[in-house]
Amino acid sequence: MTTTIESPDLIEPEEPGGPGAHGHDVPAHEGGHEHHGPTGILNWLTSTDHKVIGKSYMITSLVTFFISGAMALVIRMQLAGPTSSLVNFQTYNELFTMHGSLMLYLFAGPFAFGGLANYIVPLQVGAPDMAYPRLNALSYWLYLGGASMMTLSFVVAGGAASFGWVAYAPLSNSINSPGTGTDLWLLSLGLTGFSAIFTGVNLVATIFYLRAPGMTMFRVPIFSWNMLVTGILILIAFPVLFGAVVMLFCDRHFGTHIYSVQGGGVPVLWQHLFWFFGHPEVYILALPYFGIVTDIIPVFSRKPLFGYRGMVFATLSIAALSTGVWAHHMFTTGVVLLPFFSLLSYLIAVPTGIKFFNWIGTMWGGQLSFQTPMLFSMGFLFAFLMGGVTGVLLASPPVDFMTHDTYFVVAHFHQVLIGTTVFAGFAGFYFWYPKMFGRMLNERLGKLHFWFLFIGFWVTFVPQYLVGLKGMPRRIADYLTSNGWTGLNQLSTVGAFVIGISFLFFFANLIQSWRKPVPAGDNPWDGGALEWFTSSPPPHHNFTHLPPIRSERPTWDYNHPEHRKDESHGDKRHREHEQKKETVGANS
Amino acid sequence: MFLALIGIFFGIIAIVYWFTAYEDAGFLMLLGSAFLGLLPGGYYLWWSRRMRPLEGDEPDATPSSGAGVIDSFPGSSIWPFLLGMGALFATLTFAFGLWLAPIAVALGLSAVIGGVVESRRGGTV
Repeated sequence: MTTTIESPDLIEPEEPGGPGAHGHDVPAHEGGHEHHGPTGILNWLTSTDHKVIGKSYMITSLVTFFISGAMALVIRMQLAGPTSSLVNFQTYNELFTMHGSLMLYLFAGPFAFGGLANYIVPLQVGAPDMAYPRLNALSYWLYLGGASMMTLSFVVAGGAASFGWVAYAPLSNSINSPGTGTDLWLLSLGLTGFSAIFTGVNLVATIFYLRAPGMTMFRVPIFSWNMLVTGILILIAFPVLFGAVVMLFCDRHFGTHIYSVQGGGVPVLWQHLFWFFGHPEVYILALPYFGIVTDIIPVFSRKPLFGYRGMVFATLSIAALSTGVWAHHMFTTGVVLLPFFSLLSYLIAVPTGIKFFNWIGTMWGGQLSFQTPMLFSMGFLFAFLMGGVTGVLLASPPVDFMTHDTYFVVAHFHQVLIGTTVFAGFAGFYFWYPKMFGRMLNERLGKLHFWFLFIGFWVTFVPQYLVGLKGMPRRIADYLTSNGWTGLNQLSTVGAFVIGISFLFFFANLIQSWRKPVPAGDNPWDGGALEWFTSSPPPHHNFTHLPPIRSERPTWDYNHPEHRKDESHGDKRHREHEQKKETVGANS
Repeated sequence: MFLALIGIFFGIIAIVYWFTAYEDAGFLMLLGSAFLGLLPGGYYLWWSRRMRPLEGDEPDATPSSGAGVIDSFPGSSIWPFLLGMGALFATLTFAFGLWLAPIAVALGLSAVIGGVVESRRGGTV
């Protein structure tokens, strides 16, 4: 049914907030499992509501996250001792390939731009839905299809893909990697790639054209800004991946020789194309999570964001630079220009540094309160700092030649990616869960989750840096006692299991919130952005009323009229003039 | 604007690369990227001159000034699901053989027709 949406009404600051916590629960989630009657499933299958699609995305991507995490634990058990025989080498190769693929293609990206962004961005910009709701639904179904295909490729004859998540040619050709598992892997990248492209289009169009009156570009919250830039990056990067995958598929099945030397092709072309997708992809994975943290820190510091415009320009320059650094993954191939790619990689540290400076500046002198979302954001800062600093080391060709393909690199990108997708991702989950479900998560269990994760994280990955410097290559299933890597590997395995345990607290927390719901109200954290203005969970087309939007914190301005001069940017005189005009308007 | 800026960025990078690199292909590719950024960027700039300014861009707009119809939004639709499943079967055809193709074509065609009819009528078909 097509509904024509009228603009929401203005709500003047004198009136109290919107309606209270919503009574009934939104049924659409868990992939329409056995609990729902046919109407429930049909409801889910036909829904074009960005909130339902966002939640479906989140649940699907979290399922792949936990499957993939279980694979990581098997990998760590295999590596806990020398000459281990827990799994055979072929299975081990499949495990690390699928661990990486599921985490990167199916969890990290879709959780951010499909799940959280889908749910939150229309709320933050004051839109009734995404710009193209049916395209949005199509994105999800493509993603679900692709995700199931990749995950289920374990059960086909010959097993899942086993060439690492980067699928370098010629290892990925039909001679070295025969079997349907590899084909399914490639095809599922095609499906999920299109799903990402459609979501990117949707995000860009929503943020450009569906902003509420008064929500100028420089009042859009940073999370939505980052999602805009992520959407543009998706449009730059994913078509390249799709093209590369199609060519690889042609090489495998239709006799082309694009990546094979025999027919005059160039194997290293795959690496170029893959990393031209792959490095922007790193920022497609990182920027949304930067945005989450940027939205959380001001709320728990009781201050407006420090350096709003600096954040926007840092995001834009990170995105621009990310398209020019792909070959720093290929230093050791010997066919790339070392100084150029090294210099550009170093440059990325500058805008990232600006972001760190602004995050700290936001906390500086604020009334900090360390609730679960804030704790996770702090965890992100530490984790990403370590991952980022080792990244700067790796951008230096001499260091990279020493450490390439060792556990040093493994530890580096796990620190970056867990810092963003897990710490910041769960920060966002704890932060917005009350908005999505209208109920709170338990603080004590959330904090236990954080501390176990935080400690487990460092215990897992610091030893991996060390063992990498001792020369342990990545992707090996086995090593000898005489290598001297045993102790550090054991420590790392213990850490991995502590991370595993931390998620038990997360599950307990979810179960508790469903068994004994604590109503959240509209704005449990006293947040400032527009999503906190509507009810929890929001009604079908999000807003029945809107506040006047005069800064990037319209809800805060509305709830705290006494602090309305506390705005972080813009022409103050202009704003005072605005306020005078409004008062006059309200009086007359 | 952003696309045009991306184009300019690639243009600068291309020039830098031309002076530092030893090969031509990368230079041409970067130049091509610059062009790809400038083309839609220029198009949007051209259009933005002709568009009515968005309420969302007015710094002192109030919600009441944006009153009226925003747009039509489909409340629910089965066609994206069928199109998605059609695409899934179409890709599975590449892995498991042509016997899946009829299912893919049937799903895809019905979804395309259904979706188009739904858009024309502005309601559920």
